[in-house]
Amino acid sequence: MIITEQKDIPEILESLRPFTNIFITGCGECAAACRTGGEEEVKQMAEVLRDNGFKVTGSTVIEEACHVLLTKRAYREHAKEIEASDAVLVMSCGAGVQATALVLDIPAIPALNSLFLGDTLRFGQFEEYCSMCGQCVLATTGGVCPVTRCPKGLLNGPCGGVDNNGMCEVDRTRKCAWIEIYERLKETGRIENLKKIVPPKDFSRSRHPSKRDIRKTRNVR
Amino acid sequence: MLGKNFIITAELQPPKGPDISRFIEKARLLKQEVHALNVTDNQRATLRLSSVAGCVILEREGITPVLQMTCRDRNRLAIQADLLGAHALGIRHVLAITGDDISAGDHKEAKQVFDLDSIQLISMISGLNKGLSSSGTQLKGRTEFITGAVVNPFSIPEELNLLRFDKKISAGAKFFQTQAVYDIEGFKKFMDKVANRGVKILAGILLLKSSRMAHFINKNVPGVTVPGNLIEEIENSKDPLMKGMEIAANIIRELKGVSDGVHIMAMGMEEMIPGILEMV
Repeated sequence: MIITEQKDIPEILESLRPFTNIFITGCGECAAACRTGGEEEVKQMAEVLRDNGFKVTGSTVIEEACHVLLTKRAYREHAKEIEASDAVLVMSCGAGVQATALVLDIPAIPALNSLFLGDTLRFGQFEEYCSMCGQCVLATTGGVCPVTRCPKGLLNGPCGGVDNNGMCEVDRTRKCAWIEIYERLKETGRIENLKKIVPPKDFSRSRHPSKRDIRKTRNVR
Repeated sequence: MLGKNFIITAELQPPKGPDISRFIEKARLLKQEVHALNVTDNQRATLRLSSVAGCVILEREGITPVLQMTCRDRNRLAIQADLLGAHALGIRHVLAITGDDISAGDHKEAKQVFDLDSIQLISMISGLNKGLSSSGTQLKGRTEFITGAVVNPFSIPEELNLLRFDKKISAGAKFFQTQAVYDIEGFKKFMDKVANRGVKILAGILLLKSSRMAHFINKNVPGVTVPGNLIEEIENSKDPLMKGMEIAANIIRELKGVSDGVHIMAMGMEEMIPGILEMV
């Protein structure tokens, strides 16, 4: 899931300053789960905007705000309110903001900052385990990603910054990813994995912007 | 440098600005005292004059430089370009290190690179020595770098530490400069474990300037412990710096015959190094 945080209200108000009539869009997927763009947050944001002198023309929570066709359909259903708006405040990740920007002629203004692809540890608690590098190494690292969970993305073991308790020098509250990898590989008899020199990563796999078209591919090839 | 009986190297930090007068003064002071001087590479992720330039200045002074190269600030293209340039300017010794995290320094908002890790960097230098770039393209000529790496003799888990140590050797490391050593017995055990690897190991000597610094190290530097009795000695001394120098000299004396040499880190007090070596 894409983890988002709400921007500070003054920043949002500053972005909206050129406009008067605002439509608010939330997202029923990730932003709802992050409590940054669900029904409740959209409602609260509407109040804030009204308190600050804006006219809220309407609002919606799109099932999946990054889905261009769903987004288009949602705005069609709110055609009148959109017609009366100068801008849309989008309470979703950057992908959702851009879907709105793509389908509407009026400006799409972000209300959130997109942070990372997160695992949900429990409700409301997220951690970044995957950074979508396009070259998954988890088969050899005991199911713990060093690309993401080591701040330096080291591929051949820990740096000198791991302390005697196995904690990371960058964040002493966090266990060194490589200590975790070492322990897991040891437990499962796969310590051999650590003896091979892992060559430099192919960063061309994670270059931006990426695209993918699976319309002509089918299942497992 | 590696041919010496007991190799003595020291660390010299380039200035935090364009004024190189102090840097040259210190270098001249150390010229007759050490076999080579390491020039640090934006250490602690803090901006300083480039290590390549620092090494060239030492070369001009007739001192063998060890070029410290981290993976934090440059991608593989920039590192190779700098290494080829350094080689053309006469630099032969390189110390390959991962580098401190950008959050440790004075440019916390900068983008950190880590395109490579230290082991991949060592392999890449071995490639340059064969006339090959990291992407496998043929270079015009080949470098003659002697590659060094770092190791912390006290890092745990030991199995993982030794695995990485051996990977550095198989990648092409010929010498090691270690994290600070205060525990001689522990260091001897480490030396026994890594015997017969065909590499030179220079034990790190970190000059203690005050008891405060010792406490700071114990709290903040992973895998380095300044023993309580040494801290006490410094606390009870009228001249803590002099005491720190004595401690450093004692450690060096005890390491003769144990390690292949020492690497002295005086943390800005390089002018004290001749005094330390005098005591030895």
